[in-house]
Amino acid sequence: MNGYNFAYLDEQTKRMIRRALLKAVAIPGHQVPFGSREMPLPYGWGTGGIQVTASVLGAGDTLKVIDQGADDTTNAVSIRRFFARTAGVATTTDTAEATIIQTRHRIPEKQLREDQIIVYQVPQPEPLSKLEPSRAETRRMHALAEYGSMHVRLYEDITRFGHVAISYDYPVMVNRRYLMAPSPIPAFDNPKMHMMPALQLFGAGREKRIYAIPPYTDVRSLDFDDHPFRTTRAPQCCALCGADDSYLDEVVTDDQGGRMFVCSDTDHCESRQAEGHTGTGEPITREAAE
Amino acid sequence: MAYVAVKGGERAIDNAHAWLAEDRRGDPSVPEISLAQIQQQLGRSVDRVMAEGSLYDPHLAALAVKQAQGDIIEAAFLLRAYRTTLPRFAYATPVDTAAMQIRRRISAVYKDLPGGQVLGPTYDYTHRLLDFALAAEGHPPAPAATAPAEAATMPRVSDILRGEDLIEPDGDPNPPAEPGDLTREPLAFPAGRDVRLQALARGDEGFLLAMGYSTQRGWGGTHPFVGEIRVGECAVEITPPELGFAIDIGDITLTECQMVNQFKGSKTKPPQFTRGYGLVFGHAERKAMGMALVDRAMRHDEFAEEPNAPAQNVEFVVYHSDNIEGTGFVEHLKLPHYVDFQSELETIRRMRREAEANAASLKEAAE
Amino acid sequence: MSIDLPGFADPVAQAQSTFRAVLDAMARPGTLHDAGNTLTPPAPLAPATAAVLLTLVDHDTTLHIAPDCVAATAWLTFHCGTAPASSPASAFALARTLPDLATLNAGTDEAPESATTLVLQVAALGTGPEFTLSGPGLKSPAAFRAEGLPPDFAARWAENHALFPRGIDLILCAGTTLAAIPRSITVQEG
Repeated sequence: MNGYNFAYLDEQTKRMIRRALLKAVAIPGHQVPFGSREMPLPYGWGTGGIQVTASVLGAGDTLKVIDQGADDTTNAVSIRRFFARTAGVATTTDTAEATIIQTRHRIPEKQLREDQIIVYQVPQPEPLSKLEPSRAETRRMHALAEYGSMHVRLYEDITRFGHVAISYDYPVMVNRRYLMAPSPIPAFDNPKMHMMPALQLFGAGREKRIYAIPPYTDVRSLDFDDHPFRTTRAPQCCALCGADDSYLDEVVTDDQGGRMFVCSDTDHCESRQAEGHTGTGEPITREAAE
Repeated sequence: MAYVAVKGGERAIDNAHAWLAEDRRGDPSVPEISLAQIQQQLGRSVDRVMAEGSLYDPHLAALAVKQAQGDIIEAAFLLRAYRTTLPRFAYATPVDTAAMQIRRRISAVYKDLPGGQVLGPTYDYTHRLLDFALAAEGHPPAPAATAPAEAATMPRVSDILRGEDLIEPDGDPNPPAEPGDLTREPLAFPAGRDVRLQALARGDEGFLLAMGYSTQRGWGGTHPFVGEIRVGECAVEITPPELGFAIDIGDITLTECQMVNQFKGSKTKPPQFTRGYGLVFGHAERKAMGMALVDRAMRHDEFAEEPNAPAQNVEFVVYHSDNIEGTGFVEHLKLPHYVDFQSELETIRRMRREAEANAASLKEAAE
Repeated sequence: MSIDLPGFADPVAQAQSTFRAVLDAMARPGTLHDAGNTLTPPAPLAPATAAVLLTLVDHDTTLHIAPDCVAATAWLTFHCGTAPASSPASAFALARTLPDLATLNAGTDEAPESATTLVLQVAALGTGPEFTLSGPGLKSPAAFRAEGLPPDFAARWAENHALFPRGIDLILCAGTTLAAIPRSITVQEG
C-alpha cells in the first residue's frame, strides 16, 4: 500500500513492540506495558493482536485470521485484508498451512506445531479486573503474587452453584507464577494452552499490554483439589462433519426450539468433510437438544 | 446447509461499504458539501475534531467530518489514526499564551483589567431562538463592527494575581526534563500532571463537561472562579538543532482557561489561591473549562484533600476520558461473541438442570 | 571511521528476520539461530551481535557498551541512533565477557520487564563446555554448548534465576549464530 511501511507500522514502533515481546516471552504470563499505537481499526476490534502480528510478520509468512473459530466472520475478513493489503503476505484458512494465526476467542482444534505462532486478540488483559478495577492495585497484586481473592471468588461460585461458573476467559496460572487472562476463549480451549508446542503471544491494544506463553510452558486453569477444572461443550455431534469432540456453535433454525450444532472451527470442519466425515445435516428439536 | 453462513463475509463488507458511501452522499440532487464549507461554516465541529483527534489541521479535520457524516467521534478517530503514522520532525517550544492574538478574553474575577474584557464571537448572550433567517440561505451577515485593541498585550489574570503572591506559582517547580507523552509511553501511576493534562486535552468534551459539572455539585468541589478565558491565535515555534534558535512555523487557534480555585495555606505558609488549567485546540470554551475543573480536582494530593469523588480519581478520569478508546470498546460488543455465549449457554443449562434435580430430590424427601 | 561500514541493506526485512530469530531463541532457550549473514560490522562485533543491536536498539532505549566493545561505539551510535549509556544498568548492555550481573538492572517486582537485556558476544555457540537448560520453552531439559562463558557461569546464573520474575535476560552471539537464555531458565553444568 503506497505511503505506508510494510505491515503498516513504522520501524520504530515495531522495535518498541518487539522489545516488549521479548520481555513478555522471558517472563511468561506477565503483562508488559507497551506504547500501543492508534490503529486504523477501532480499539477493542483487535488492535493489540494486529500490532503484535505486524511486528512479527515477514514476507515469507502465511497468515490465518479467525474470529469465533471461523475464517469468514466479518472482523476476521477485515483483519486478513488489512495484512494482505499492507504486507502483501500470503493468507490461508488452512490451520496447518499457516505460520502465524491471529485469533479472537478460539484456539484451533488441530494441535499447533513448533513452527507456528498464535497471536491472541485480548480485550481485557487483567484477570483481576473484575475483582479490583484499579490497575495500580492489580499491578501490585501481581508483583506479590497475591491471588487469594481470585480463589475466594471461584470458591464463592462453588458454594453458590456447586461449581465454578466461569465459562470463558477462565483464569490460568502460567509457569506457576502469574495469573493470566487467556482472552475470552471458551474454557474448553484452556487445556490446549498447557505445554503447547507453538509460541503464544497476546496483544491488548486499548489496555496497552503484551504478554506471552513460551512453547512447552505449564499453564493451569485455576481449580481446587475437590473441584477440579473441567471443560464443557454442547453434548452433540457436528451436523456437518459429525465431530463429537470439537467445540460447537449452536445455530437457531426456527422459533420452535429447533437448532443445529456445528463446529466453531470452520477449517477443522471443512477438512473433516473433505476426508469424508459427515453429519446428519439436519437441525434437531428442542427435546433432543436438552 | 442454508442455516450456516460460513462464506460471504467479504462480499457483505464490500456491499456495506458501497451502501455507506451512497448514504454519506445523500440525495445527489443536493449539491455536495465542500471541505471549505465545512471548515468555514462548521468551525466548532472542526475544532472539536482537531482537539480530540489530537492533530491541528483544519483541512484534514474538515475532511474527517465529511467522511464521518458529521459524527464527531468517528471523525476524531480518523484523524488520530492518520496522526499516528506521521513522522516527528521536531518538538515545539512551549507556546506563549500571554502573547496570544486575542479574539476573545473575559475574566469573571475583575470588573476591568489591562487589555479589557473582550467579548468576541460568543454564543453567551444569544437568545437560543432558532434563527429562521439562516434557513433562507444566501444573505451574508453585515460585517461586525471592529475597534482597535485596547492594549498591545493582555497580561494573564493569573500573572496579575501572582504579582501580589495571591495565587500559587504556575506549574511544577521541578518539572520533568521532558514532558511525558501518552501516545508513546503507556500510562503508569502515579501519573504526573503533564500526562494528566495531555490526556484531558485529548479527552472527550462531554466526559470533561460531566466530570467538571460533578465537582460543582459537591463531588470534589474546588470553589472555582473563571480567572480568565482567552481565545485567539498563538505562534508555534521550533528550535532546529542546526540553527540553535527558535523559528516561527505558524499560528494555531487555542482556548485557554485559568481557573482560580479555593485557597490553601498553613501555619507557616500564608494562604494562596490554587489553579486549574485548561488548554484546547480551536475555540472550545466548554471543554477548556471542564478540563480546568478536572485538572484542579485531580490535584488533591498536592493540597492534602481527601479524594472521594470521581473527578479526583486520577486513574478513573484518565483511563475513561479518551472517547476513541471508549467508543472502540463499547462498540466492540457488536462483534460476534457467540463462542463465549455458547459457553455461557452450556453452563447455565447445566446449572439449571442441577437446580431442578436438587429441587426434585428435596421434594421427594419431603413427601 | 567505522561508521562507513553499512548497516542492514534492507532494514525492514532484515530487522524482521533477525527479530524472528531472537524471538524464537528466547522462546526456545539454547536453540541456535542464524542472524546477520550479510552484515560486515566493525571489530570487535560479530555479524549476529550487530544484527541483534540494529534490530532492537534505537533512540527510545539505552545501550551500555562494555570497554571490550567500545571500538564499535561510533558505528552503533550512528546506525542505532542511540547515545551510549554510562551505566550498565541500562535497557541493553553489550559485552564480550560476562559482567557482574548485579551491576545490571534486574527490574522491579512491579515492572520486571524493565530489566537489562545483556547481549553477550562469545567465541562460539554449539561447541565448548556443556550446560543443561530447563524451564519454559523446553519440553525437556536440553543441552547447550558455548565457548567463552566463565567457568562459574552456572552458579552466577543461578543467582540471577533466583530473582525471578526479576532478572537479566541473555542473548548470546557468535559469528552469525545466536541463542538466548531468559531469566526463567535454570542452567546446570554438564
